[in-house]
Amino acid sequence: MIFLAIDFSVIKPDFGLIFWTTIIFGLFWLLIGKYAFGPIANALKVREDEIQGSLDEAKKAREEMANLNAENEKILAETREERSKILKEAKDTKESIINEAKETARAEAQKIANSAKMEIEAEKKAAIADIKSQVGTMALDIAEKVIKKELNGSPEHESLVARFVDDIKLN
Amino acid sequence: MKKHILLSLFALLLSFSMNAQSHPKDKHDHDHSEHADHDHGDHSHDNHKHDGKAHDDHAHGDHGCHFHHHPEGQEYTPKDVANTAFHHISDANVYSIGPWQIPLPCILYAPETGWDVFLSSKFKFKSTGHGDGYSAYKGYILDAGTVKRITDPSFPRDVDEVPLQGIIHKTEMVDGKEKTVAYACTGEAMYRTDPKSIADAGIFGGGISSFYDFSITKNVTSMIIVFFGMLWLFLRVAKSYVTRNGMAPKGLQSFIESIFVFIQDEVAKPFLGHKYLKYQPFLMAIFFFVLGLNLWGQIPFFGGANVTGNIGVTMVLAIFAFLVVNLSGNKHYWEHIIAMPGVPKWVLTILTPVEFLGIFIKPLTLMLRLFANITAGHMVIIVFVSLIFMFSKGGTSMAGGLGTAVGSTLLTIFMMAIELLVAFIQAFVFTILTASYLGAAVEEPHHH
Repeated sequence: MIFLAIDFSVIKPDFGLIFWTTIIFGLFWLLIGKYAFGPIANALKVREDEIQGSLDEAKKAREEMANLNAENEKILAETREERSKILKEAKDTKESIINEAKETARAEAQKIANSAKMEIEAEKKAAIADIKSQVGTMALDIAEKVIKKELNGSPEHESLVARFVDDIKLN
Repeated sequence: MKKHILLSLFALLLSFSMNAQSHPKDKHDHDHSEHADHDHGDHSHDNHKHDGKAHDDHAHGDHGCHFHHHPEGQEYTPKDVANTAFHHISDANVYSIGPWQIPLPCILYAPETGWDVFLSSKFKFKSTGHGDGYSAYKGYILDAGTVKRITDPSFPRDVDEVPLQGIIHKTEMVDGKEKTVAYACTGEAMYRTDPKSIADAGIFGGGISSFYDFSITKNVTSMIIVFFGMLWLFLRVAKSYVTRNGMAPKGLQSFIESIFVFIQDEVAKPFLGHKYLKYQPFLMAIFFFVLGLNLWGQIPFFGGANVTGNIGVTMVLAIFAFLVVNLSGNKHYWEHIIAMPGVPKWVLTILTPVEFLGIFIKPLTLMLRLFANITAGHMVIIVFVSLIFMFSKGGTSMAGGLGTAVGSTLLTIFMMAIELLVAFIQAFVFTILTASYLGAAVEEPHHH
């Protein structure tokens, strides 16, 4: 056996060391556990939850944004459609208004022309009648003057003259 | 900037590890010769000689009775290496920083003489020596840094301080076991001493002796330093969670947090599930206490306190783990130990005793694993360094000394790197195993 002046004392649990280790480790656990490990673990948990919450929120926000974008797109498309519809309608309306105006104008013009024609006709007729009567009178006068000498004012002669006057067509 | 700090730190460590090599040489010069003297002789003969010359010793003083005087050219044998290693890993009543021995408070209790509280400087040890007290104080002596008590009733007790001529170690048969017993010599007589009481129930040759040592030893001092260091560190870090609330972690907080979160996510949460917050402070306390002490002991030339390599310390940590596990054990846990459900009755007669023993074996393995790993690491480094003095043949062989110095330096640096890793691994292993035992104890029953 090897003679050793110093023994392998580390394998011998010494009462004093056991006593002090118990006290020091007990205090270590109690103090650092209570004032450091606990609060740190809690702070880490809060932060972890916060980060998770933020991530979730960001994801939600992104989804909302995507939804919003889609909606905007839809609205834009709808608006575009509406616009083209309105434009089309306006064009149609314009055309119809123009057409209507044209129609009206044409009708009015027609009417005016017709009435003018009729008036002219009436005027013409009146003038002709006037002329006829004047011519008749004149012819009668002439004929009277002529006939005065040859004709008397017999009805036979007068009807004859009237027939003559009627036959005269002033065209 | 930080890189520079790291580099200079590394350089500092390197220079320390270099210095450490000259350390045992000083020791050797002053101290080891004592052991060498005794080791060379045939011990039965040695004892016989002492016994035979007992009368002469009393009359003329003992020739073997001296402190360390180193004869030049004395060889440094494997036994000296073992002695050096055992001395360096031991707990002590002095604190060595570099070559200096710093006195520590001794708190001693002997049922016979009551409490004695004094500073270990009363033993008059040399500030650069090996921790041998040149005086006895109140019936106690300091043998290689450890307090022993003189049991001989004839020792003069009328004065507190009695100068000593030396301390002698003899191998004796005590209760059928070989034991090394230290004798204090005053020049007139040799007085038998008792080592302190040990809580090993006599298994390792200890047992209850005539006194108890409740001193603030080197290990206790280290624990106190690490305790306050950790307290300062963690309160600072905890505070920064308040002052920097809502901000990203920074600096020290960020550094500690990475380790903290690692233990939380790799140890606490996987084993304890949603209950992790309740038991996490205990697991963290175990981890950082063990890690802190492991690392504290790794600092070269700064005491090299082998705290977690002392079975007393690991025993307490294992008992804490044992108590926390078993006091937290739920019905499900005890049911599985006492009568494993779904197992035939006759199997239970084997299984239940095994399960019951398991309750105690688990903390026992925790205790031994940490103790063995850290102690082995410390010893390997000391042995590598000691090799230089062995191969230099006590300073006579320059070639042997230089050659070994180069190899030993490289090996020591390599070992120190490994030990740094081991410091983390063992702290982690202790914690993860405690967590797994705890997890099994608080697990909710699954219905298969």
